[in-house]
Amino acid sequence: MDQEGVNNSRRRFLAWTTTGVGAIGAGFTAVPFLNYWNPSARAQAAGAPVEQDVSKLQAGQVINMEWRGKPIIVYRRSERHLASLAELEGQLRDPQSQVDQQPDYCRNQYRSISPEIGVLVAICTHLGCSPLYRPELGSVSADWPGGFFCPCHGSKFDVAGRVFKGVPAPTNLEVPPHWFPNENTLIVGEHQEGGAA
Amino acid sequence: MSATTGSAKGGFLGWIDARFPLSRMWNEHVGEYYAPKNFNFWYYFGSLAVFVLVNQILTGIWLTMNYTPDAELAFSSVEYIMRDVQWGWLIRYLHSTGASMFFAVVYLHMFRALLYGSYKKPRELLWVFGMLIYLVLMAEAFMGYLLPWGQMSFWGAKVITSLFGAIPVIGPDLVQWIRGDFTISGVTLNRFFALHVVALPMVLLLLVVAHILALHEVGSNNPDGVDIKKNKDASGVPKDGIRFHPYYTTKDLVGLVVFLIVFLSIVFFAPTFGGLFLEKPNFQPADPLQTPEHIAPVWYFTAFYSILRSIPDKLTGVIAMGAAIFVLFFLPWIDRGPVRSIRYRGLSYRIALFTFAANFIFLSYLGVKPPSMMILGIEASSWAYYAMLLYFGYFAFLFIYTAFGLERTKPVPQRVTE
Amino acid sequence: MRVLVLAMALMVAPVAANAAGGGGELMDANVDVHDRQSLQRGAKLFANYCMGCHSLKYLRYNRVAQDLNIPEDVVEQYLIWDGSKIQSTMTNVMRDGDAQDWFGKAPPDLSLTARAKGSNWIYTYLNSYYRDPDQPTGVNNLLLKGTSMPHVLWRQQGIPELVHKDGEGGSESDQEATKLKVPEGAGTLSSSEYHRMTRDITNFLTYASEPIRPARERMGVWVILFLLVFLGVAYLLKREYWKDVH
Repeated sequence: MDQEGVNNSRRRFLAWTTTGVGAIGAGFTAVPFLNYWNPSARAQAAGAPVEQDVSKLQAGQVINMEWRGKPIIVYRRSERHLASLAELEGQLRDPQSQVDQQPDYCRNQYRSISPEIGVLVAICTHLGCSPLYRPELGSVSADWPGGFFCPCHGSKFDVAGRVFKGVPAPTNLEVPPHWFPNENTLIVGEHQEGGAA
Repeated sequence: MSATTGSAKGGFLGWIDARFPLSRMWNEHVGEYYAPKNFNFWYYFGSLAVFVLVNQILTGIWLTMNYTPDAELAFSSVEYIMRDVQWGWLIRYLHSTGASMFFAVVYLHMFRALLYGSYKKPRELLWVFGMLIYLVLMAEAFMGYLLPWGQMSFWGAKVITSLFGAIPVIGPDLVQWIRGDFTISGVTLNRFFALHVVALPMVLLLLVVAHILALHEVGSNNPDGVDIKKNKDASGVPKDGIRFHPYYTTKDLVGLVVFLIVFLSIVFFAPTFGGLFLEKPNFQPADPLQTPEHIAPVWYFTAFYSILRSIPDKLTGVIAMGAAIFVLFFLPWIDRGPVRSIRYRGLSYRIALFTFAANFIFLSYLGVKPPSMMILGIEASSWAYYAMLLYFGYFAFLFIYTAFGLERTKPVPQRVTE
Repeated sequence: MRVLVLAMALMVAPVAANAAGGGGELMDANVDVHDRQSLQRGAKLFANYCMGCHSLKYLRYNRVAQDLNIPEDVVEQYLIWDGSKIQSTMTNVMRDGDAQDWFGKAPPDLSLTARAKGSNWIYTYLNSYYRDPDQPTGVNNLLLKGTSMPHVLWRQQGIPELVHKDGEGGSESDQEATKLKVPEGAGTLSSSEYHRMTRDITNFLTYASEPIRPARERMGVWVILFLLVFLGVAYLLKREYWKDVH
């Protein structure tokens, strides 16, 4: 074995090239192993968009649904509720829905597509408890305007799911992707433009 | 690339080395492990076997994440992996093809040992460890094949476990004990699953470590069968030896890529390999009431299966099959010839070894065919009987030929040839 | 090297022999899972003629839509009969108990039939029906004697008659009977049209038995090409280092 006359720069170049190509190969190999952990077709089928008939939903009533293992609350707001939304803005942390907790088409005062029908993920943004829907005036405290109240740590949200100042929850309640193929039917888990959530 | 032998190194590596023999282990087994420089094609299969083992462990762990070891659900959980789990098909084909490739590589590795006398002194224990690996691998493959819970899984397991019933007195109770039920059932599936994914892989890894330690203790043999440690230079390095790294790491990498081309061609273009790697009846769920028309084990077992079938008596057949495997353990003591490599051994030995290899392949071929098939006007079962005699005849010949000085060898060179 | 070639030849021999055998007397369906139009036709034919009784319980509608490049609303309109969701598997509405009563045997799920029996088997089966008044269905099948499945495609093919080697009709018990003949104009399709129809169904069932197969084969080409590049650089590296070894 002799090392004389060895072209070291060629060796280095070839060693790095081989390492590089090998690393690319290892990267490709990692793709199946990592993707294997993503939701399977069965899990995606179980998490498919959910359809709900809302024709019989009266003001003050709620429908509890489940989508992808999350509780979804569907409720109809009264005229009085809608009128109160503008007044409350001063007491809210994020009245304009700046934080990304809703699809773009719900970045409005009602945080919904139709002003009357609200659709929210009923999970408190504080620590994941399920907030209670309390639409009646004064039902939580004397000045309660109607909205969501979390019994765990006392977080409060208005009827659009907007969080009040001075409570532990940091952001508004999440609005799931949803749309109405007709006025009686609600689909949760899908945007109108056909894009799956 | 040359690693210094000094122990008083600084830096992070020095800190490690003061607490763990990292550099020493690297040098002993890779950096300063001197292997003969004349390795040929046959010497790729050791490192390839390690690669396939890693592949099996990795893909096996991944499969376990979605496989359900339950007689009601096992079959559909495999189809779930094949269809619904993202990339599950690839992981599963890598595992199923890997099983066959493992045996292909191991058989070639074993044939190399026969070619160049790698089992001879001082490598007897190395050979025995290798045989133990082979034995555990057979158990591992057999139990793994039950898991998809297809028709072949079920009936294959039923036939093989029935073999133990041939043992006098305790046979029937033993079979029941192995199955944990009155037939192959979910109970059997659960215990085979536990053994396949936990117990046997651990034993296998342990044996592979022992095999490699034994190899590095005695040093690698080579195609000339020359002991390279007899010719050392002033610094104590064998004159015909080269460092494992970088010379054999780069060479084995080339071998690995060639192997991958073969392996992945099968995975992507012929994963069932014409029904040889994944048998057709195994795409039907296990049905305890309906035997498939023709039961054959997977190709890597069929040589021994042929020997079993060649004898019309159950107990004798089982003994013959067991003996066919166990006789290999004693090869280092059966072959008493002084010369290792086939290059310098007698002509009769060369003829005998190739006849033995061809006969083994012929036995494997007979094993995948129905025994009633006619070949040149003779039933396959008769062929199997003669092939069985030839199989054992090899060992008898080898002993007589070498123990009584009948072999006329050629002179073995002092140094390895190019 | 001679040794090597010999060993390789011996290794491959039993494989080749195995691949060649086993075909027997099956007709060649000549399936091609890359023929998307044939698969699309096959999917529709399957939904129309087979799915009333047979399920594909491991295949999802949206998978078919995606793999066969059919818009999901078309799948919903033409393939889904029972109001199932597009994400659900292609199971059918017939209950096993009913099937047992009607046919004496529940029609099998066909998800894996093409892998368990082979594509050519399915194709041959669909082309092996003949008139047999002794059977409760009025037909029998050369490939699967006494099959309980009626000849669903009889309107298209017409009902073939069993023809003896000597050209006369006869009963199914006659071992000499080997050929089938469709009476002129008995079916709405010509013989070649019927072959195409059954091939499309066979092709679709072959796809259904392993939906990844077309993608797997396309992907494999790139994998092997990559490995050839890797082989090139790895070989150059090895050769460079082995210049030291004399």
